[in-house]
Amino acid sequence: MALAKGAPESGAAANLVAPQAVAFWRDERKRGILAQIVVIALLAGFFWFLLRNFLIKQELSGAPPLSLYFLQDVAGFQLSFSLFPLTLDSPIGRLIAAGALNTLIAAFFAGIIATFLGLIVGIARLSKNWLISHIAATYIEIIRNIPLLLQLVFWYGGVLTALPKPKDSISLFEAVFLNIKGLFLPMPILQEGVGWFFMSIAVCIGLAIVIGRWARARQMATGQQFPTVIVNTAVIVLLPSFVFILLHDPIGWEFPIKGAFNFKGGLTVQPEMTALIIGIGISTAAYVAEIVRAGINSVSHGQSEAAHALGLKSSWTLRLVVLPQALRVIIPPMISQYLNVVKNSTLAGFIGYADLFAVIGTSQNQTGRAVECVIILMVFYLTISLIISTIMNVYNKRAALVER
Amino acid sequence: MTDMTENSVVPGTRPDLPPPVTESGIIGWLRHNLFSSWWDTLLTLFAIYLVYLILPPFISWAFINSDWQFLPAVELGEKAPEFSDCTSGGACWIFVRARFGQFFYGFYPDAERWRVNLVLIMLVGSIYGLLSERVKHKKPIAWFFFAIFPILAFILLYGGLGLPVVPTQQWGGFMLTLTLAGIGIVFSLPIGILLALGRRSQLPIVHLLCVLFIEFARGVPLITILFMANVMLPLFLPQGVEFNILLRVLIGVTLFASAYMAEVIRGGLQALPKGQYEGAMAMGLGYWSMMRLIIMPQALRVAIPGIVNNFISLTQDTTLVAIVGLYDFLNIVRAGSRDSNWIGTEIEGYVFCAFVYWVFCFAMSRYSMRIERKLHTGHKR
Repeated sequence: MALAKGAPESGAAANLVAPQAVAFWRDERKRGILAQIVVIALLAGFFWFLLRNFLIKQELSGAPPLSLYFLQDVAGFQLSFSLFPLTLDSPIGRLIAAGALNTLIAAFFAGIIATFLGLIVGIARLSKNWLISHIAATYIEIIRNIPLLLQLVFWYGGVLTALPKPKDSISLFEAVFLNIKGLFLPMPILQEGVGWFFMSIAVCIGLAIVIGRWARARQMATGQQFPTVIVNTAVIVLLPSFVFILLHDPIGWEFPIKGAFNFKGGLTVQPEMTALIIGIGISTAAYVAEIVRAGINSVSHGQSEAAHALGLKSSWTLRLVVLPQALRVIIPPMISQYLNVVKNSTLAGFIGYADLFAVIGTSQNQTGRAVECVIILMVFYLTISLIISTIMNVYNKRAALVER
Repeated sequence: MTDMTENSVVPGTRPDLPPPVTESGIIGWLRHNLFSSWWDTLLTLFAIYLVYLILPPFISWAFINSDWQFLPAVELGEKAPEFSDCTSGGACWIFVRARFGQFFYGFYPDAERWRVNLVLIMLVGSIYGLLSERVKHKKPIAWFFFAIFPILAFILLYGGLGLPVVPTQQWGGFMLTLTLAGIGIVFSLPIGILLALGRRSQLPIVHLLCVLFIEFARGVPLITILFMANVMLPLFLPQGVEFNILLRVLIGVTLFASAYMAEVIRGGLQALPKGQYEGAMAMGLGYWSMMRLIIMPQALRVAIPGIVNNFISLTQDTTLVAIVGLYDFLNIVRAGSRDSNWIGTEIEGYVFCAFVYWVFCFAMSRYSMRIERKLHTGHKR
């Protein structure tokens, strides 16, 4: 870094002392330009070499030129799970899209589990209760030091295959069933009038935001406080429940019913997906817990002491002083953990869940289109990481400390 | 308060009262740490219940009700050990005992396994020499470890110089995992340093190239890079040139790890105050001598915890090579428990495997925490 920066000054100084021209290999700026030219030339040569090899090989083997038209071909293989209907003669492109969607779904739910579990464990880790904090520490240390793939195959091969057969499945309130064939949940069925219910929820959330704004503005102006949290919770919970009762159960539930071999009806989460979501969720939670802990620890002791000295009670100290500062530290690594969740979901193939990588792998096997398949994969993951890192940068700019 | 002044006891003439029982000793500790309030008590009871739910069944499964001994017939060599030898209903550790050689050495020929052991001894010795505070002269060890040891290890493991060649297809198990992680570590560090310097460089093209590479490698999952190395790389090699699958995987793993390494080292570089650069330049040092003598020693020291954490994730990531059909430690254990003689030993295999990975990674993380504590000069309470 000092190379180009120091150049003009040192050149000028040299001129003062000895006015003769500096040889170009001693002039740092020229040397920098030369080095860059060499780097470009080397790199260009390298890529040209690779490309030439590729073209020669393609000509020799008579492979078709690169194109994405193969996405329209009939795939001829099936996915174990997909959100939209697929038949045996669906095009490859449709299967790949289904795989991408599967990746995102699994990552979404794993992310939710990781966030909540991680938050709980992170706070437990900081608990003054010796037993609780040591249980949390044990959890974190065990999970973080065992490869994720091992955890996934353990959940899938070790735990889920040890689950009971459908006829003696584990049940929760006779509504949720867990057995070797998967997790069976009741499925919500929307009935007449449900629109009103959703609308009431939206209205209430809007109302809550308005109340919050008003309360804040009043506090800024007069210093009077308003119990925003309690009032808003009441608004959001009570009004929609009232509407719910008025409408006579706008949402019905279809419960899984025990059939001859397995459960019918309801919402079925297949075991592969369950294992993937549980495995990634539990594993990421350990990292999230460490992030939460580091964030809370990062707020200097003086801050909470000063807050106490001002007479804030501890819950206010946490809410008004510690958490806002901790969040600044917590959010950026959290976002990269979400990115990790998406990336880690590529391990799905090992336990038979049809995520994007698994589908691409099979397509490559079937069509031999290695380059195109790799490009699709890379573009997908790079787009996601670009989106996530853009969000992160925007957030960082807004949350960063404004210093001198 | 007033009582004491009226009686006017001269300090030190009467023995101190012992602290109250409820505030000291075991009872005091319990009161403070487990039962300080009703909420605390509730949490403690919940935690005890949780431990009770998990620990006793696990201990009984793993230790009390488990099989450790081979049957006499197996010891005599009359029959092969199998899953049905385990009769206790708990863990079947016979499986791990019977397969231990394979788990550790893969398919490496029995007669040549001493070579693996020798490499391992050298590895452990030099790592101890590099990390221990008792060893003073680290320079020769570092030279040995980063320059001579890789060549020596290659000759020993692969063959040559009179040693019979063991093709990489026969490598496997824990030894393969160590090889992958070790080579990844040894090569990703220098490449990572160069990338970090490149990213901080003021030469626009060098900077751009390094940023592109780092962001690309960090933006995609390792498994897609392995996939690329497996299916795409061969298409771009000259006609007739074939890269060994292990070599391809190693290139992928190393490049991937070096991008992460670069970011950690960049963090170390950024932590240095500008005065260090200015001081070095004022001394008349050129770019490379400044980096070598002034900047890197300090930046690397700050970055050590992050570097070790990268080593840990690299070690864990080596499990992904199973996707290209290599039998690393995890994959060989998985394959072992699918053997028809050993159906039903999946959990034993995974627990054993997890234990080994855990010991390694935990040791590394403790080391990095110790360094962190040593470097920590802030105000911590």
